Amino acid sequence: MADPMKIRATMMGDKVVVKVLMAHEMETGQRKDSAGKTIPAWFIQSVTATHNGKTVLSAQWGPAVSKNPFLEFRFSGGKAGEKVIVTWTDSKGDKRSDEATIT
Amino acid sequence: MNESRRNLLQASGGATVLALAVSVGLFKSGVAHSQEWNKAAFDTKNLQDTVKALGGAAAVESKEITITSPDIAENGAVVPVSVTSRLGKTESISILVEKNPNALSASFDIPGGTEPFVSTRVKMGQTSNVFALVKAEGKYFFATKEIKVTLGGCGG
Repeated sequence: MADPMKIRATMMGDKVVVKVLMAHEMETGQRKDSAGKTIPAWFIQSVTATHNGKTVLSAQWGPAVSKNPFLEFRFSGGKAGEKVIVTWTDSKGDKRSDEATIT
Repeated sequence: MNESRRNLLQASGGATVLALAVSVGLFKSGVAHSQEWNKAAFDTKNLQDTVKALGGAAAVESKEITITSPDIAENGAVVPVSVTSRLGKTESISILVEKNPNALSASFDIPGGTEPFVSTRVKMGQTSNVFALVKAEGKYFFATKEIKVTLGGCGG
């Protein structure tokens, strides 16, 4: 099981600013190990963020997103105390979902 | 970190390796769980092909899109890139790195109520033009910016 994400959701005016730091290797499938064998690709393919059951951002990623990916986005319609849920799925089918309370 | 970057740079035939891995079946479980993942778009090599794979015609350059990033990235493995669109009804934002083995790095769908802005970090194999591809009202627009990647450790 992957390590939890760090999610911060803060009100800035009438917008919610969401910053997410995920823990993931994001292996490109292009690197080789010390024995010269290619390390198979392993990366987050899709990311979804929801707020009150509504999707506020969905993303598809390739292996070119950096290791331990960072993501920031902003949406309106949120209030302090409500929750933002972020879910990712990687190329091995692993999933991780974490939530944060808007402050 | 340096070691891994060197490997990244050396692996020129990476795309074919990836294709091979898929055909061998290494990706079976992954594919089953991510049917929506737009493999065709992530396999393309350049901007026009990516636009096509994402379902659009030719993209037009637009001044209403801003790419925010350092002009010089000292570490190609972690290049912060932000894209802001001022186009009305922005539906999606994609980040492409021209000289990476596969141009498309990330693609974001922007639902109504979400600002047409995203910020993330991408890998760059070498100095390259970075494109922000924005879909707005069914049309595709792009902006571009060159980001230099310094290879040495001295941050020239």
